[in-house]
Amino acid sequence: MLDYRHSPAAIRALVRDDAVHRDVYINSELFDLEMERLWRAAWTYVGHDSQVPNAGDFYTVNIAGQPLLMLRGSDGVVRVLLNRCAHKGAKILGAGSGNCGKLLRCSYHGWTYSLDGSLRTVPVKSGYAGTRFAASEAAAGLTAVANVAVYRGFVFARLKPSGPGFEEYFGGALSSIDNLADRSPVGRLEVAGAALRYMHNSNWKMFVENLNDTMHPMVAHESSAGTARELWQEQPPDAPRPMVIEQFLPFVSNYDFFDKMGVKVYDHGHSYTGVNFSIHSSYSAIPEYAAQMEAAYGAERAQSILGESRHNTVYYPSLTVKGAIQTIRVVRPIAVDRTLIESFTLRLVGAPAALLERSATYNRVVNAPTSVVGHDDLYCYRAIQEGLASNGNEWVSLQRNYSDQEKEGGSLGVHNGTSEISMRGQFRAWAAAMAPSGTGA
Amino acid sequence: MMQAAGDDEALIAFVYHEARLIDEKRFDEWYDLYADDCRYWMPLMRGQPQSAEHTSLFDEDKLLLKIRIERLRNPKSYSQAHPSWCQHILQAPRMESRDTQAGTVVLRTPFMYLEYQQDQQEIYAGVAWHHLRLGGEKILIALKKVELLNCEAALPSLQLFP
Ligand code: FES
Ligand SMILES: [Fe+2]
Repeated sequence: MLDYRHSPAAIRALVRDDAVHRDVYINSELFDLEMERLWRAAWTYVGHDSQVPNAGDFYTVNIAGQPLLMLRGSDGVVRVLLNRCAHKGAKILGAGSGNCGKLLRCSYHGWTYSLDGSLRTVPVKSGYAGTRFAASEAAAGLTAVANVAVYRGFVFARLKPSGPGFEEYFGGALSSIDNLADRSPVGRLEVAGAALRYMHNSNWKMFVENLNDTMHPMVAHESSAGTARELWQEQPPDAPRPMVIEQFLPFVSNYDFFDKMGVKVYDHGHSYTGVNFSIHSSYSAIPEYAAQMEAAYGAERAQSILGESRHNTVYYPSLTVKGAIQTIRVVRPIAVDRTLIESFTLRLVGAPAALLERSATYNRVVNAPTSVVGHDDLYCYRAIQEGLASNGNEWVSLQRNYSDQEKEGGSLGVHNGTSEISMRGQFRAWAAAMAPSGTGA
Repeated sequence: MMQAAGDDEALIAFVYHEARLIDEKRFDEWYDLYADDCRYWMPLMRGQPQSAEHTSLFDEDKLLLKIRIERLRNPKSYSQAHPSWCQHILQAPRMESRDTQAGTVVLRTPFMYLEYQQDQQEIYAGVAWHHLRLGGEKILIALKKVELLNCEAALPSLQLFP
């Protein structure tokens, strides 16, 4: 029986320059190791600070098997704490979000904590007189995650104490978050309403890879976007295009369109498609908004902000951002063949309501569990999950536009949009985290 | 012009009929029950206001309903390679309100909805609100609002029409 935990060489052998072994998607030991070695070492997305606007506001999440809570303190600081009582370990907040008032109180024995996590009161504390209590973990209160970064409202945490810094980890990929936030005339975003929560019965990497997979839309989405196109063709050519038609039709653009879109690859598995233009480029103008942006930033800068229309940016491994339409999708792996995708709609603070309406529509029509586009994608992920059980060919090809130069650092920068280079970049980061060099055979 | 039958019995029968047309995949007949300016709406949150600024699970106009119906029939809809089937189980619809002047009524129908595909059966429950228009030749659905019991839950693909 192969034991990946104790064999870095076996893990390394799963990732070739241009292909990966099927075990990366279907082996549950590797899934557990991914949570430990890749997810806890990465800067993962927790939530947006607009979800906790006031002191005592909280939002709970589970990242890499860790129950966490994002909490705004009375000092205004957003912290990420382990959602675990310092006494016997009960989850301290059970609800998904809300306001806990001026303190946190455990549901079991009533220990209370200040909003910074420090222990405040313990009922009948005299019972601990003469014990080791004061010097123990219990008295230290709720454990705070030490490495937290809030970038333009996006809250990230690195659960492992050591590792690359936030800016070093994301590097130039942060420009997609900048562009998204800059689209607000005041530079601020807010989560609008609830998340669309879509349970995928497939491995998390299929979703993440798919976000920069530009060879699938014209095939997989022919049934949804292609149907919309056919129905629309019956209309006179000058008929005004409803918003959903505007949003559907680019999905069935041709190969040349997606190739010319371009893909930009960064270190640590990050990338974005839509360097030159994207499926979001030809939405009808909202003149009131353009004027607002010009007034806020000046004509040149406003043009450069709105001139970008990036398709999907992957903040490997936990977050994908669609700046041009103001939606984000958060990746929460649950098991080797189970992944929760949460899709948030963002409001550009200060922008006209028409923009939020466009984002809300897009998110519903494309990213929801009720979305015909989503059904197409998930069907394909599931087909892979089941197909990989086949013995006889254990390799998944990632060879499109591969060149040996990639090995010498030639992978970074801009490439043709239909290249599978972003996926190869993800697996290079994957292998580096799962079996770091110097960890022996 | 003939007036649509507005007595309670006919309206209640209409609600049952609407569900049956979905379950039997008689989608062209089903589509014709909807007014041209209709809405088929399934909110994402309890008590969600009807506003374009909040996203929903469904918020279909007639065009989107048409796209969904035609997609189900498209041979390239791989996600329907194993066709989905559904079954509505309705509690007796109740007349909630009637505006005689405007010729509109609202019916409330608690329901269970099962959707089945390839060895998997999902069970949903909720309350459907039918806002019907009576003025013309036939009864038309102006708004069908479906309040799903687990609207905020993580859901699998839901491909037909609760
Ligand atoms: S477990 Fe929390 S107070 Fe005992
Ligand atoms: Fe897709």
